[in-house]
Amino acid sequence: MRALVAMSGGVDSSVAAALMLDAGYDVVGVTLKQWEDPDGTLPSAGCCTVADAEDARRVSAQLGIPYYVLDHVEDFRRNVVEPFGAAYLAGRTPNPCIECNRTVRFSALLQRSEELDCDLLVTGHHARVTRDERGYHLWKGVDAGKDQSYVLHMLGQDQLARIRLPIGEVTKATVRDIAGSLGLRTATKPDSQDLCFVGEGGYRAFLRREFPQTAAAGDIVDSDGTVVGRHGGTAAFTIGQRRGLGVAAGERRFVIEIRPARREVVIGTRDDLLVDGCIVTDVSFVAGAPPPTRTVEVKVRYRSRPTSARIAERGAGRWEVRFFDPHPAPAPGQAAVFYDGDEVLGGGIIDGIVRR
Amino acid sequence: MRYLDHAATTPMRPAAREAMAPYLGTVFGNPSGIHAVSRRAKNAVEEARERAAALLGAAKPLEIVFTGGGTEADNLAVVGAGIARSGRGVVISAIEHAAVAESARFLGRLGRDVRVVGVDAVGRVAPDAVAEAAGELGDPIVSVMTANNEIGTIEPVAEIVAAVREAAPEAIVHSDAVQAAVSEDVSVRALGADLISVAAHKLGGPKGVGLLYVRDGVELEPVLHGGGQELGRRSGTHDVAGIVGMVAAMEEAMSDRDGFRRRVGAARDIFERTVVDRLGEVVVTVPAEVRLVQHCHLRFVGIDAETLLVKLDMAGIAAAAGSACQSGAIETSHVLRAIGMEATAAGECVRFTFGWPDDEAAGRSAADAVVAVVETLR
Repeated sequence: MRALVAMSGGVDSSVAAALMLDAGYDVVGVTLKQWEDPDGTLPSAGCCTVADAEDARRVSAQLGIPYYVLDHVEDFRRNVVEPFGAAYLAGRTPNPCIECNRTVRFSALLQRSEELDCDLLVTGHHARVTRDERGYHLWKGVDAGKDQSYVLHMLGQDQLARIRLPIGEVTKATVRDIAGSLGLRTATKPDSQDLCFVGEGGYRAFLRREFPQTAAAGDIVDSDGTVVGRHGGTAAFTIGQRRGLGVAAGERRFVIEIRPARREVVIGTRDDLLVDGCIVTDVSFVAGAPPPTRTVEVKVRYRSRPTSARIAERGAGRWEVRFFDPHPAPAPGQAAVFYDGDEVLGGGIIDGIVRR
Repeated sequence: MRYLDHAATTPMRPAAREAMAPYLGTVFGNPSGIHAVSRRAKNAVEEARERAAALLGAAKPLEIVFTGGGTEADNLAVVGAGIARSGRGVVISAIEHAAVAESARFLGRLGRDVRVVGVDAVGRVAPDAVAEAAGELGDPIVSVMTANNEIGTIEPVAEIVAAVREAAPEAIVHSDAVQAAVSEDVSVRALGADLISVAAHKLGGPKGVGLLYVRDGVELEPVLHGGGQELGRRSGTHDVAGIVGMVAAMEEAMSDRDGFRRRVGAARDIFERTVVDRLGEVVVTVPAEVRLVQHCHLRFVGIDAETLLVKLDMAGIAAAAGSACQSGAIETSHVLRAIGMEATAAGECVRFTFGWPDDEAAGRSAADAVVAVVETLR
């Protein structure tokens, strides 16, 4: 059996490769070249840098496995980066890791791995896959603090049958211990913090550079329409944001709405922020079908606490999520991911909010 | 392991290794010194220079400048000649190696006029077009490679030199002969150029050493500054062993050029014919008549070259496509763009190149191995 391991140059995917070798697989390491600067070079900051590819290459050499850099720049630009910019222009807060997983990692790369006669695609995600008589199940990773199941909610039975996520079975501390005991050069490498393609200056600098329209100035207005300040581009804001509004007001203020057409950022009180539900599109379920009870716990941001909700179908791939209790408004563009305890049931992309 | 990437580099010839051995051991001297230890090293370098000059048909040994490889020789030629005269422009072909193209771009950043002359569908540069560009610039440094490293096209360098001399008598003409030197006559007589670059490792010598032929009287501004070795044209302590190894490899390659062309040409021919006949939907990029005998550049219609190369590697077959970037990913080829190939087609091309250890039997068995891998992708 042969396994293709997607290696970012970080410790998780390094150890994933080591664990697959240990489990007796023929292992092939690859790094995806996803983005390049206009002059054709890899970004020098963030992940996906030349230094990261070099780390992955050296770890592969240490493990004695073949290693390749595969060019997915076009896939990534078309399916991830362009929609990323378009979403910000539309006043949304996109999660490009999800689109990458949907269209590049677990689509184009999965196809690549088959072309290369690999039986399995392996990544270093902190999430777990199990199988029983009903099929494959996707779970939160063992290390709750590092869980990445949110960005994998789009995986279905067909994909889960062909992937392995060995890192989800252990804690981060164990991952580092394994890397250390094998003497891997990535053992103490810090976790990457930023989006892999944005480079120096983070996503705001990236947007200014690649999508300059996102930096068009506009007004910050109160919920009654009164102009209370100015901003340097709606892309710097997300629904629920409290910091960095540059507005002095007695009560705590939050971004409650972004109106891209008028370049307005609307702020309001915490009460103004509360909503009853949201509309979610591109919905898929891990099992292939929604849970019969239609009751789920839903996470509307990568790091938010799950909240209980009922879901109801409103069209093809379009579902309405009704929170049991009023909930701070989620940001359109983020994913709503449905859980049953630690199990991922499915999810989709938030399209709008629902007020009773 | 089947090695079909001799254009990237080729194994060292035993003669080169043997010639180098003393200079990696007891004869360790720095040629720039007055004592006996230095003199032995100095002798070796100067004897190598004389032999290299003879092999290339140079008028004087001091027309040979030893460098740290082909890229450095190209930089010294293009940048060195470019900045030796104020305001001098540069004319290159659209399919030059990055060592020349980037040197020209560098001159462009210094404010010099840069002209890039296009090529036809097989990658040939028209002498008239080069001459015209040279004539417009007056006294440029002109650089057209002897043969292309990617598709193998041989350029009409002698005709280009003649046309340029007519249109722009003040021009300096350089030819990067790095890829061609192993199988073509790249002597001063054959090419007629003022500057000719050669790299040792493409001929079966060591990596990191090369030479630039500099016609007597051609002025070069050095690109490496320092102790003034090589008459000030290339500072830095000589790589004595490398230089000796390079010249031994050149000697063997150039004295057996006909044998190489016959043996390696037979390997390439049977390989190409077998792959094309047995697979179908394989397109030969450049006809054999205008191409280096060791070069084979094929498009496998509908098959992604990157996937094919990985599968070939997994099957123990080393081949190449385009050029590898810093990260190791394959870059879109400027050469294929220049011959008018669409990006999709360019992404389906793989280069197979043969070398001195190969013969017809090797070509035949390589073809079998490649056919087997391609069939898994069809």
